Amino acid sequence: MRAGLTRRFVAAAVGAALAGAAGPASAQGKSVLKVVMHSGLRITDPIITTAYIARNHGYMIYDTLFATDEHFEIKPQMLKEYKVSDDKLTYTFTLRDGLKFHDGAPVTSEDCIASIQRWGKRDGMGQKLMEYTAALKAADDKTFTLTLKQPYGLVLASLGKPSSNVPFIMPRRMAETPADRNVPEEIGSGPFRFVKGEFQPGLKVVYEKNPDYLPRPEAPSWLAGGKVAKLDRVEWINIPDYQTAVNALINGEIDYIEQPPHDFLPVLKGQKGIVINNYNKLGFSSMLRMNWLNPPFDNPKIRQAVLWAVNQQDYLDAQIGNPDFMQPCLAMFVCGTPNATDAGAPPKPDLAKAKQLLKEGGYDGRPVVIMQPTDLAIVAPLAPVTAQALRAIGMKVDLQSMDWQTLVGRRAKQDPVDQGGWNVFHTSWVNADMLNPIANVGVNGKGKVGGWFGWAEDPEIESLRDAYARETDAGKQKELAAAVQKRAYEMGFYFPTGQYTSPLAYRSAVTGVLDGPAPVFWNIEKK
Amino acid sequence: MMSRFIAGRLAATLPVMGVVAVIVFALLRLAPGDPAAILAGDAATPEQIAAIRARLGLDQPMLEQFGGWLWRLLHGDLGTSIISNQPVARLIGDRIEPTLALACTTILFAVAVAVPLGVVAAWRHGTWVDRGVMAFSVIGFSVPVFVLGYLWIFGVAMNLRLLPVQGYVSLAQGFGPFIERLILPTLTLSVIYIALIARTTRASMLEVLGEDYIRTARAKGVREPRVLTRHALRNAAVPVISVIGLGIALLISGVVVTESVFNLPGLGRLTVDAVLARDYPVIQGVILLFSALYVLVNLGIDLAYLLFDPRIRY
Repeated sequence: MRAGLTRRFVAAAVGAALAGAAGPASAQGKSVLKVVMHSGLRITDPIITTAYIARNHGYMIYDTLFATDEHFEIKPQMLKEYKVSDDKLTYTFTLRDGLKFHDGAPVTSEDCIASIQRWGKRDGMGQKLMEYTAALKAADDKTFTLTLKQPYGLVLASLGKPSSNVPFIMPRRMAETPADRNVPEEIGSGPFRFVKGEFQPGLKVVYEKNPDYLPRPEAPSWLAGGKVAKLDRVEWINIPDYQTAVNALINGEIDYIEQPPHDFLPVLKGQKGIVINNYNKLGFSSMLRMNWLNPPFDNPKIRQAVLWAVNQQDYLDAQIGNPDFMQPCLAMFVCGTPNATDAGAPPKPDLAKAKQLLKEGGYDGRPVVIMQPTDLAIVAPLAPVTAQALRAIGMKVDLQSMDWQTLVGRRAKQDPVDQGGWNVFHTSWVNADMLNPIANVGVNGKGKVGGWFGWAEDPEIESLRDAYARETDAGKQKELAAAVQKRAYEMGFYFPTGQYTSPLAYRSAVTGVLDGPAPVFWNIEKK
Repeated sequence: MMSRFIAGRLAATLPVMGVVAVIVFALLRLAPGDPAAILAGDAATPEQIAAIRARLGLDQPMLEQFGGWLWRLLHGDLGTSIISNQPVARLIGDRIEPTLALACTTILFAVAVAVPLGVVAAWRHGTWVDRGVMAFSVIGFSVPVFVLGYLWIFGVAMNLRLLPVQGYVSLAQGFGPFIERLILPTLTLSVIYIALIARTTRASMLEVLGEDYIRTARAKGVREPRVLTRHALRNAAVPVISVIGLGIALLISGVVVTESVFNLPGLGRLTVDAVLARDYPVIQGVILLFSALYVLVNLGIDLAYLLFDPRIRY
């Protein structure tokens, strides 16, 4: 009785609030999806950053020339058709009719060329494509050609790459922004429009359905096919505390959480009206990366010793701990994909062999600095596992805790350890970024200039990567990918610590969620 | 005389903020982390990071960077966020309302509850009422804010479903939605301030209630409520006002946990996000604002003393 009175009292006290809280959009009967993404959107240019939140934002408002479907095939998206010349040197692209940007201007060949050129200055696969490109020319408003200096096997894979940086098409005036500066507008031709007036960096992003968007007629498949926007409005609300986000989902205040931490999944599974959807089967991978510039990992024998000392299962148990969402996988180009292979991988940990290699490498007992980002829950558990494995073979370890952004700053230093350098860090990737030897930065062998953190330098692997890029036959590409992986294991480029998936959680009123390597909001309905 | 005092105190704000600006600028540059590396992303090469550093001017000597920032500051420009590319003034403007709203509701609620509790505890010194207030104070100090927050959410929002779990609605969108989302954060945050203010009020009142003029008032037949409020509380008010002022200053800058638990987009979260992203202009702008607010709040406290204690002169 008392509870009932209290309830009525509070309900009366906030009655007006309850009526007004729904907001203007829902008051007009529009379908609004309230979403908590994995992070707040701060940088709105998906070309200048590889941040996945910017990529996801890109898929909302921009469109792509090509897109990857669930069979890893590259399908035309904005294009009506494309043709490849017999000598495989000229690609002719023709845009679909009726494509328009959100400001009403038609999408033209010049927009596409400028967008590709800007992306080609930032993205690894884009840079490689541009190295092989002789010319990009507009034939007319809807047709343009890409002419190569020599045959290149990754033209479509580059233009249809599913993850960061995605070659999104922008108006020419935006695409002419220098490639290291944020574009000044958010105008695309995608299925949703960015509502600039409601954007609060790091807090809230609002998208509205683009009524002028012309979806393809095919059924959606991953990032390809018809992008039919069925929601009137999508709000990305940043809730930094996952406990709060989960409570809000259960309470019906939000509709969708992109990446609820694995610890919360058992709680959510038990809730009526909540769906857990492992939509991204391709998932994520983590890696252990050693610094080739600093001893002891300037020695290949000692890098090899580490690869024989570590155990994927240990990493996955510490990091995920739920067999439903983790998978040991030694394929550097991702298990379950065309380039997947075990070539060169240590079949299982062998501590005796690791100790022998350490001895042969002349390890002098110097401590190995492992950087541990304690604020990044998915990566934080990896460093102590590596530390324990190295101690088990007789190495000294200096496990240094820090926040992720300190790590990001420090890993860019090429200095010796005693001057702020480092020996080991771990990170995680969306597997869509790891599918081939060009996209996967872990097998970049360019060293201090043009290389990736850790600065592995190996002309042999670079020549294999080039051969892969030039190869146009899929079978031979696969062989070359295996050769790259074999060499990478041989030289100790990095150790993949296992694959995992991170499901979505949403309310059962939400339907039409698509599988894919990135969360997209076309095809989704809310009853 | 009074206006000279106020003008002098306001003028003193400038050197304080100048010192704060120098310290914050230097500390940020000495701290580990590199916004250029953050901006460049996971797949960046050293050349890309160096290019971004040059574009942001982070490769310039520290004195030159400081001079440029100070020059813009003197022209009223707090700068632009390195990460979001938005003006710092706009970011602060977007975030200040939730912080001020929560600070106001918390301090008003805390004072409304704590002062009577402290007065009653002192008046009934040594009884179970006094011990009850003291026990509440100890618990209020001891329970972490996030634990209280989750308990309120679990009980009121999740089980009874009386109030929302999270979020903020601007006052401009209606008082109902605005206050609905502030009730639980206010209840959570005010506990520690109730404890603090109640204890201070009690201690101050106990001292005053032992004074001769209180005994005289009672001997003259003044009714007890009037003795407590007009004679005792007014004379006990100065330390209580100091604590309330300190509370306001802390509330403006130090409610990060409450803002996170209830998803309030305030200045605390802006500061933490900026620190984590090494967004130097935002951190500098927010800390300058905090230092100015501290000075103003202290000035407000000093002026409030005049209302309660006519013996104080500036």
